Amino acid sequence: MHEMSIAEGIVQLLEEQAVAQDFTRVRALWLEIGPLAAIEVESLRFCFEAVTRGSLAEGARLEIVELPGRAWCLGCNASVAIRRRYDACPQCGSHRLQVTQGDELRVKELEVE
Amino acid sequence: MCTVCGCAEGETRIEGEHHHHGHDHHHHEHPFVRRPAPAEAAPPAAGGPNLHFGQGPARAHAPGLSQSRMLRIEQDILGKNDRYAAENRARFEALSLFVLNLVSSPGSGKTSLLTRTIELLGRRRPLAVIEGDQQTDHDAARIRATGVPAVQINTGKGCHLDAHMVGHALARLDDLEGGLLFIENVGNLVCPAAFDLGEAHKVAILSVTEGEDKPLKYPDMFHAADLMLLNKTDLLPHLDFDVEACIAYARRVNPDIEVIRVSARSGEGMGEWLAWIERQRGTRLRARIDALREQARALEALL
Repeated sequence: MHEMSIAEGIVQLLEEQAVAQDFTRVRALWLEIGPLAAIEVESLRFCFEAVTRGSLAEGARLEIVELPGRAWCLGCNASVAIRRRYDACPQCGSHRLQVTQGDELRVKELEVE
Repeated sequence: MCTVCGCAEGETRIEGEHHHHGHDHHHHEHPFVRRPAPAEAAPPAAGGPNLHFGQGPARAHAPGLSQSRMLRIEQDILGKNDRYAAENRARFEALSLFVLNLVSSPGSGKTSLLTRTIELLGRRRPLAVIEGDQQTDHDAARIRATGVPAVQINTGKGCHLDAHMVGHALARLDDLEGGLLFIENVGNLVCPAAFDLGEAHKVAILSVTEGEDKPLKYPDMFHAADLMLLNKTDLLPHLDFDVEACIAYARRVNPDIEVIRVSARSGEGMGEWLAWIERQRGTRLRARIDALREQARALEALL
């Protein structure tokens, strides 16, 4: 639902970087988005295309790097794979999990000119 | 342009601010900032009789090589909001102000619960409310009727409050030192989860007229909250709502979430809720005192 704000945030970040790192055009960007980041990738693509029109990132290629969700199970003292916030530990069935990976929402790399 | 931060006009309005700035205020995350399209890359620029290759920022000059380059930036997309949130947090701390961010779906009874809370808290210390809604100042008016200052933020089309809006609203409230500030977020169980406002805790309010499986349907919000207030419990005899199942669902997404059953109408659980506020506020103040003592000891050691 807030993919539009996220897309605007990305453009703002690109504009700041353009000044700091001296470029005028973004050809591609790599985003790291975890399955627990509450972001619909397809919706983000749609919004990104809309907000970049007429900007330095118009037509830029959006590459999504998906990181698997992981959590630390307090019962097993081990790192386990999860797909959703409410998943149970696949080993012991407990919900006492601390998410360690999968809620990322970051711009990793840019191809610029 | 806004004189506080230099931001341009947008759809967000903070009550009263247009009297000061001569425009309806705004919000930084500019919808659709239009920039002139960058000059078409490439054909050599003709500056009089000269031809310029590789003008602009390119670093690669070898013939035939693309002028594009890779940049590794590793930046959080919500980083900007997080920076504003950190500023808010520092301001709250400097004022010893205890701040709660109340989140829920529309119609959970947030405003009624808040007016009741304010009545019970009395005037022992300063109180203020920041109200977030897409439109109208109805909620701020309800708060002001209790005698407590309230600032309404209208987010326009926005679905959540962000830290920058809250910073502006804070500037419109005076005499908060040592007090309590409640931020009533836009009624929405999705987006406000992702936006830190600088608060001490998020408090999720779920009314028993909603489904008991809401914590599973909207896990991010219940994961982000430290307390769940189960509201409108006076209606339980008329409903099939399974309280225990609801709490179990909430603990699946957040094993540490605390739960208090309340009814703004009957007053059930209000004492427990007020005690929770006092306890958390005390814990925060004591942690700060410890940190300051530590700092003082380090300074004394320098003498």
